[in-house]
Amino acid sequence: MTDRAAIRAEAARLRAMFEAEGAQPVETAVLQPAEVLLDLYGEDIRARAYITSDALRGEQMLRPDFTVPVVQMHMEHGAEPACYTYSGEVFRRQEDDPDRANEYMQVGFELFDRAAPQTADARVFSLLYNTLKPLGLRAATGDIGILMAAVDGLRTTERRKNALRRHIWRPRRFRALMDRFSGRMAMPESRAALLAMADPLAGAAPMIGMRREAEILSRIKALQEDAVSDPISENEVALIDAILSVRETSDNALEHLRDIAVDLSAIGPAVDRLAERLEALEKRGIDTTKLDFEASYGRTNMEYYDGFVFGFYAETRPDLPPVATGGRYDALTRQLGRGREIPAVGGVVRPGLVVELEGLT
Amino acid sequence: MSLKLGVPSKGRLMDKTFDWFGQRGIELGRAGSEREYAGYVQGIDNIELVLLSAGEIPRELAAGRIHLGVTGTDLVHDKLGQWDRTVAELAGLGFGQADLVLAVPRCWVDVNTLDDLDAAAAAFRITHGFRLRIATKYHRLVREFLRENGVADYQLVDSQGATEGTVKNETAEAIADITSTGDTLRANHLKILEDGLILRSQATLFRARKAPMDDADRKTLKTLLKQLELD
Repeated sequence: MTDRAAIRAEAARLRAMFEAEGAQPVETAVLQPAEVLLDLYGEDIRARAYITSDALRGEQMLRPDFTVPVVQMHMEHGAEPACYTYSGEVFRRQEDDPDRANEYMQVGFELFDRAAPQTADARVFSLLYNTLKPLGLRAATGDIGILMAAVDGLRTTERRKNALRRHIWRPRRFRALMDRFSGRMAMPESRAALLAMADPLAGAAPMIGMRREAEILSRIKALQEDAVSDPISENEVALIDAILSVRETSDNALEHLRDIAVDLSAIGPAVDRLAERLEALEKRGIDTTKLDFEASYGRTNMEYYDGFVFGFYAETRPDLPPVATGGRYDALTRQLGRGREIPAVGGVVRPGLVVELEGLT
Repeated sequence: MSLKLGVPSKGRLMDKTFDWFGQRGIELGRAGSEREYAGYVQGIDNIELVLLSAGEIPRELAAGRIHLGVTGTDLVHDKLGQWDRTVAELAGLGFGQADLVLAVPRCWVDVNTLDDLDAAAAAFRITHGFRLRIATKYHRLVREFLRENGVADYQLVDSQGATEGTVKNETAEAIADITSTGDTLRANHLKILEDGLILRSQATLFRARKAPMDDADRKTLKTLLKQLELD
C-alpha cells in the first residue's frame, strides 16, 4: 500500500507546478448530479461510477472525474482564455478487477483557449511530458479528429454518416456499420422481409408503449431509403481501414496520412492540424521522430475526446493503468454549454502511480 | 464445523432441489413447521442445510458463509463480479431453466435485432428528449451485454416484478427479463429480439471457492461429491 501522505504531497507538488504554469486552482463538489453524466456517457457510466441518492436531489454520483464539473464551471462564469488546475479524489466503481483502485487522486490541467488550438494541445502535452520525464514513460498519442473528418468526407448519405459518428467510440459497432453500409454484410432476413412488405403495419400487434406508430413508420421509411442508397465504395472502406491502421512515429504517420489525404481530401484540414501540432511540439523541444502516433488511439475508453489524445504508460509495469491521460474535448463544451462552446484541451496525472513508480527507481 | 449447503427456502425451486438430492440418496427437508426456516439432512453426515432466498445465495457463497449453494446461474452472473473466481459450478440440476432475453413491443415491426434497437434508441432520444428505457432487475448482465454489442442511448429502469407490463404502462419501452416459455411475453404483446438472448440460466449447484474448511469438511465434501456422482 502506497502511503497516502506521500501521494498527497506528490499531488500538491504537481498542482504547484501547474499553478506555476499559470493555472488557476479550482475545487469541485465530490457529489455530482448523476443526470448530467448519464446523459453524456449513457448507461455504461453506471458500471464505472458510484451512484447514490436521496429523496431531495435524486441520483448523485461520486465524481468519476473532474473534467465535467470544471467545464460546467467555466461555461457558467469563466473568462477567456482560462487555465485551471485541480487536485482531489475521484471514484471509480470496479466490477471486474479487484486489483484496480476504486478511489484515487487526480491532478489536472485544463486549458480553454480559442486562439490557437494546436499550440494549446502542444502546451498541455509538453507540460505533462516534462513533468513525468524522470519516470521514463512511453507516450502514446492519437487524433480522433482525423477519423471524424474521414467519416464526414464519405460519399454517402448524411444518415449513414450520423450513425458512424455516433459509434466512433465503439469500434465493434462502427465496423459492423461499415460492413453493412458497404454491402460487405447482407442485411438481416427480417429486415429484407420487412422492406418487401407493401404495408408493414398490416396485421401488426396492438400499438403499445411510448414509441408511437409515426416513429415506427419514420424508421421504416429511413430503412427503405437506405436500401436504395449506393453502398459505400470498396475504395473508401479501404481508406478508412488505412487510417485506422496508421501506427508509427509521428513524423512517419504524418507522411502516411498525407498520402491517404490525396485520395480522401476531406481529411486534409485535420492532417494539416496534426502537422501544426507536431511543429508546435517540436518548438517545445519534443522529438516527434520518436513520438508514437496511433490513429485509433483513444477510441475505446475516452469518449469525450474528439481531437488530439494522449496517454503516458509505464512500459515496465503493463499491469498499471496509464499514469496520465488527456486530450481535446471541444464537443463536450458544446454539449454542456447550452448553446455556447469553447475549444478545450486538458490532461490528468495520477500522483499515486507517480509515487509507486518513483519507489521503483 | 460442518459443511453448509444453501438451498432456496420456498417454492418449486426448493421442492425440485429436494427431489434432485433425494434421487441421489440424500434427503433434505424442512424441520418443524412451514414457517420455520430450519432444515435437516439425512443420508450423509456433517452437512448443515441453510434455507435462504435464491437471490441471497450468491452473496452468501461469495462471502464464504456457505460452502455449497443451489441457485440460478442468472443470479450468480448478475450479482457477483468475476463470479468464476468466487464460485465454481459443480452441476446443472436440469430444472429452473430460463433465458434472460431482451424483448420489445411486437408492434415495433422495424426492430428485430440489436442493430435495430440501437438505431431506434438514437431516434427515440431525439424525439422524446430522454433515453429509451429498458426495464429489468438484471442490471449488470443487461448493461454488459448491451455494451459488448455497442448499443447506446438507452437507460435501465429497475423493475422487480411484473416487468412485462411496464411497456403497456409506459414506464419503459423495452424489457430484459427471464422467460421460460415466452407465453407471458406474447400475452403482453412483446417479442424477443433475434440476437437478444443474454443468458441461458438453470438451477445450478455451486461451490464457494473461498469458504473456510477444516479436514473433516474436506472429507465431507469428497463423500458428498462421490454420492452425487460429481467427483
